[in-house]
Amino acid sequence: MSRELFKFKGGVHPPGHKEESTGRPIHAAPLPKKLVIPLHQHIGQTAKPIVDVGDRVLKGQMIAAASGTVSAAVHASSSGIVRAIDMQPVPHISGLPDLCITIETDGRDEWIAHAPLDYQAMTPAELRVQLRDLGLVGLGGAVFPSATKLDPGAAYPCPTLIINGGECEPWITCDDVLMRTHADEILQGVAVMRHLLGSTETLVGIEDNKPEAIAAMQAAAAKMDFAVEVVSVPTIYPGGGAKQLAEVLTGKQVPSGKRSTDVGLQVFNVGTAYALARAVHHGEPLISRLVTVTGHVVRPQNIEVLIGTPFDTLIQLAGDLEHSTGVLMGGPMMGMPVPNLDVPVVKATNCILVKSAELFPPLPRALPCIRCTRCADACPAALQPQELFRFAKAGDFGRAQEYHLFDCIECGCCSYVCPSHIPLVDFYRYAKSEIWAHEKDKQASDLARERHEFRLFRQEREKAEKAEKLAAKAQAKRAELAAAPADKAEPGSATPSEADAKKALIAAALARAQAKKAEAAPKNTDNLSPDTQLEIAEIEARRAKIREQARQPLESKEKT
Amino acid sequence: MPSPFILDRSSVTQIMAWVLAALLPGIAAYVWLFGPGILVTLSLATVTALLAEAAMLKARGYPAKPFLTDLSAIVTAWLLALSLPSLAPWWLIITGTLFAIVVAKHLYGGLGQNIFNPAMVGYAVLIVSFPVQMTQWAGPLELTTLEPGAVHLTLAQSAAVIFGGDLPKATLDAITMATPLDVLRTGLYQQLTVDEVMTQPIFGHYGGVGFEWLAAAFLLGGLLLWALRIISWQVPLAFLAGIWLTAGFLHFFDAGRYGAPWFHLISPSVMLCAFFIATDPVSGATTPRGKLVFGLGAGFLTIVIRTWGGFPDGVAFAILLMNLCVPLIDQYTQPRIYGGARKEPRA
Repeated sequence: MSRELFKFKGGVHPPGHKEESTGRPIHAAPLPKKLVIPLHQHIGQTAKPIVDVGDRVLKGQMIAAASGTVSAAVHASSSGIVRAIDMQPVPHISGLPDLCITIETDGRDEWIAHAPLDYQAMTPAELRVQLRDLGLVGLGGAVFPSATKLDPGAAYPCPTLIINGGECEPWITCDDVLMRTHADEILQGVAVMRHLLGSTETLVGIEDNKPEAIAAMQAAAAKMDFAVEVVSVPTIYPGGGAKQLAEVLTGKQVPSGKRSTDVGLQVFNVGTAYALARAVHHGEPLISRLVTVTGHVVRPQNIEVLIGTPFDTLIQLAGDLEHSTGVLMGGPMMGMPVPNLDVPVVKATNCILVKSAELFPPLPRALPCIRCTRCADACPAALQPQELFRFAKAGDFGRAQEYHLFDCIECGCCSYVCPSHIPLVDFYRYAKSEIWAHEKDKQASDLARERHEFRLFRQEREKAEKAEKLAAKAQAKRAELAAAPADKAEPGSATPSEADAKKALIAAALARAQAKKAEAAPKNTDNLSPDTQLEIAEIEARRAKIREQARQPLESKEKT
Repeated sequence: MPSPFILDRSSVTQIMAWVLAALLPGIAAYVWLFGPGILVTLSLATVTALLAEAAMLKARGYPAKPFLTDLSAIVTAWLLALSLPSLAPWWLIITGTLFAIVVAKHLYGGLGQNIFNPAMVGYAVLIVSFPVQMTQWAGPLELTTLEPGAVHLTLAQSAAVIFGGDLPKATLDAITMATPLDVLRTGLYQQLTVDEVMTQPIFGHYGGVGFEWLAAAFLLGGLLLWALRIISWQVPLAFLAGIWLTAGFLHFFDAGRYGAPWFHLISPSVMLCAFFIATDPVSGATTPRGKLVFGLGAGFLTIVIRTWGGFPDGVAFAILLMNLCVPLIDQYTQPRIYGGARKEPRA
């Protein structure tokens, strides 16, 4: 097939290391005793747990529901008992634990009732809700909720659908192997995508270092009742990036800050298409995925893994070796180190890469930047990494933003080619997080300032209202008093009657204050259930304690 | 340690080593055409540069090994040595090298921080301070052997000249010569036309006798650097174009008073500058269009200084002046980013 291909700027050619893991057939991982399923496995809002500790759950049962528009549900990967809903270590760049549901499996692997979706009979909106509730997210790495991506909104119809079989990261082969073995199902998923997006052109981009996958996909495409063009694209990192692949295939760039549907494209990973086919044609939620386990192991291979399976189980299966120097989730260019081997496989886990000093020698000491601009030549976003580095290092984040810091996709090409071995991407991540933190602080302080200003305004207003009321009341009283004793009082003795009036006013005010004090118990705490009252008491106690703590340092300072 | 976890095999040392290697054809041609004196100059500059680098690293509290082995000090030393007259006295070489390494490099913050090209700073200091000593160029052997009393200096004799200058005045006069640029300048002062000046024996086919071959050897090394992608094409091409266009423009309007563009182009200093000095990444422009502006500007200024300036060659000052403009050039030549607007609004 000859299609005019385009080039994207930059890119690098790291050694592929693909053969290691493509030689062995797909294994299914053993059912672990315990599944730890994080509730935030996608971009967007964390799913809300809908089961309780102690509940029995079935395989495929929704255990946490999507919350908000950009979110996806989470399901039990096997049957068993919910043992905990708490913070657990997860594979995340922050290294921080996150909310997870822990299921003790019962070994029966008992499915919940599920049935294929008649997607052609459903409205697109209904289908998207179904897909969201089946936990579908992009499996290429970004784990963006697929239902959201399948909604082009005003951009409907989206003419070009691109299926990403690029898989440009070294070592990773799960997409390659999936295309070799499940090409038909992938294209069944593609049919559903076309249906939702209204696409007329379907392109499958596969890097030319995967000839078997290309052949399998071409054979499957020939059987489809719609045109699918399987295109072999040059192998270059990050050619499997969605924007890069789209540019290679169509010559179009997604404008900075816009969505790909704005230029009539949408890109999905092959794994997502496969998961979509399982969801629609079998009613199965996303509870397992193909994971490449490779690097410093005895038998590098691809394994079909239930979400929530600990990394350790898979490394054992592939045969662990001594002298490992750490484990990555993802590839060597964009992957992240995991804090320990108990972390579970999540929807984003495409690869478990075990490092050794031989395969991944420690990075040499960084030297100063010599402005050679190799990074700029390699940058697929066409940025000037050497300038961004300079600004980030100097803490000049404003300038960094002016130089398009947020268009950086953190692909790592710049760090890869840097002759001074500067961890450039690190500096960009640092600058981005500083800017985000600053934004958050600014929002918080804006809010605090607004509140403070409103409080001052309210106090002023209340004061004015009070004064007005008092003045009005005093006026009335004075008039009343003046009218009453006027009959008795002798003319000319105006002064004592004035004093009397004042006394009467004070007495009346005191009486009112007393009455108010008597009924001072707050109204909204009446008629509360004992539980709530207990809760309020607890909160009050906590607040008192915090106030105490907050006051202490101040007081001690005052004393000294 | 976050991603990426792999690197390609490049290093600063490797880049600098290739630059040094690419200078070898030029050095070989130099020895062949002008005698072995340049080897003494190169060695002396190298030793001085390394000692100065080590001392400055120690003084600034930096580890010596990674910075001494990056070879950048040797590159500076060689570029300066190749710019100096090959029989310049030892103290001139040492002064220039010290100025380049200590002041132009380390006082500005060391590797990667210098805003001026260190070798060109060293050269500029010397030509301003010691203009007479800076004319002690060994003439091309092809011509000096014709002079009465001329000798082929051996390496030891060259060293003796450089360190002691104990050669008879007549011999020294016989083996040193004005460079073609000097001859042209002097001739034009004497109201000769370019064509009349060009009849003198120092001029060869395009440039000076011997000089044109030296220029070709530098060009060869430069093309090697380009083939290895250690330098980009923009700077050399723009620099040569700047020379050619400016000289050609002047020559077109008054061929009698302005040298031919080929003559200006095929000179060792221009070729050395185009491929080895203007391409210095640290003190040069970084954006693709900026590199073109930088090269064009340096070429233009070189001819302007050669034609109207007070010094025989203008390369060093042209580079230093363009070094000054780099932040401005970079700011106004930012390329379009992926998905960016066609026209970048720039503040």
